[in-house]
Amino acid sequence: MLNISGIQEGFVLDHIQAGMSLRLYHDLKLDRLDCSVAIIKNARSNKMGKKDILKVECPVEALDLDILGFIDHNITVNVIKDSKIVEKKELRLPKMVKNVISCKNPRCITSIEQELDQIFILTDEKKEIYRCKYCEEKFRNTKKR
Amino acid sequence: MRHLMSPLDFSVDELDRLLDLANDIEKHPGKYKHACDGKKLAACFYEPSTRTRLSFEAAMLNLGGSVLGFSSADSSSAAKGESVSDTIRVISCYADICAMRHPKEGAPLVASQKSRIPVINAGDGGHQHPTQTLTDLLTIRSLKGSLSDMTIGLCGDLKFGRTVHSLINALIRYPGIHFVLISPEELRIPSYIREDVLRAGNIPFEEVERLEDAMPQLDILYMTRVQKERFFNEEDYIRLKDFYILTKSKMDLAKEDMLILHPLPRVNEISIEVDDDPRAAYFRQVQYGVYVRMALILTLLEIDTSTLSYADKESTGGTQC
Ligand SMILES: [Zn+2]
Repeated sequence: MLNISGIQEGFVLDHIQAGMSLRLYHDLKLDRLDCSVAIIKNARSNKMGKKDILKVECPVEALDLDILGFIDHNITVNVIKDSKIVEKKELRLPKMVKNVISCKNPRCITSIEQELDQIFILTDEKKEIYRCKYCEEKFRNTKKR
Repeated sequence: MRHLMSPLDFSVDELDRLLDLANDIEKHPGKYKHACDGKKLAACFYEPSTRTRLSFEAAMLNLGGSVLGFSSADSSSAAKGESVSDTIRVISCYADICAMRHPKEGAPLVASQKSRIPVINAGDGGHQHPTQTLTDLLTIRSLKGSLSDMTIGLCGDLKFGRTVHSLINALIRYPGIHFVLISPEELRIPSYIREDVLRAGNIPFEEVERLEDAMPQLDILYMTRVQKERFFNEEDYIRLKDFYILTKSKMDLAKEDMLILHPLPRVNEISIEVDDDPRAAYFRQVQYGVYVRMALILTLLEIDTSTLSYADKESTGGTQC
């Protein structure tokens, strides 16, 4: 049973690949939220051997789970309200990610056009391939396990 | 409002209608000579490409429209640092349709998002050049009668040649297409085309190095130029640029009704002695490029061509090669 003690409202992100929790902390922009966060590293896991866990006390609408799905859709998201798990969210690869990653193609218009959103579109769900909306350059997701 | 960014923007049915319109223009150019009276095409060329620009200009002039624009980045507001988004908003006030050439990939798409007029991608870096592909399709369909059931040889720089990649992507939508990919080892088709497009789509293809070996079975031979700017060192370029030279003696191996296509300009890859061969179709291809751009302009401007009359068909002038 997952220990969610101490959280009134928020999330427990479970089954994070060991060593990835700090990176997630930044990618979710948790450093910008005024809330309590517990990072548990290298917890024992039957499924994964070792895993990280993030516990976040915050209003449930404060997190962008689309980004989470893009970073690692194998993470389990437990939504906590009134100190109880009210929902276990399945993460899916988002169809589109905006301003999370940027295009590395020097010939891409995103390299010079001011104030243009960096948009990547999921073009192959099976192979988890995202391509830049503008130049169609493939994004290689090096964060994936 | 519709734009054209990639040759695959049109469904097979829509493409058929576009090519039908182009063929009607070919047959009855006079009928269309006032179809775009009072309309303006903005040719926004951030890098020079005289051939493509003139083809667009000829297309619009043949339709009775007029043309404005610029032909290099340093003569435009881009030199002062204006964004593509801002430029197209301004151009939208001057013209009814825009053809944009840009060295950066995706620039025409950025423009289309902010545009009040249809935008045609006239080539964006190494990414897309849809009107070239439409030209190739119209040429093949007009001279062969269909786009299915044929063996197509693609020869030369298959690695960097975007026209070849686009043509493959466009032709695999038709049944009975067989590709013969003819290139030196260094310039073979990239794996994402070989695996993700050809193998994944169960499209029959073979890869060969010698043009002579492929010649007898081809219905179409699409020659490409090896582009100097794609190479990091001069030696590789010099070694590969004359790898294929299509000569009269090689043409003796070809079918009597094979067609030679080339996106032009050519350098050495087709010997001038081949030009008089009735199978050399590359200059007719240029003419089809004008017809298909005319059809495209009419389609994107949503001009009702059913009300045009044949009355003026005598005084055509200037549209036949
Ligand atoms: Zn890009």
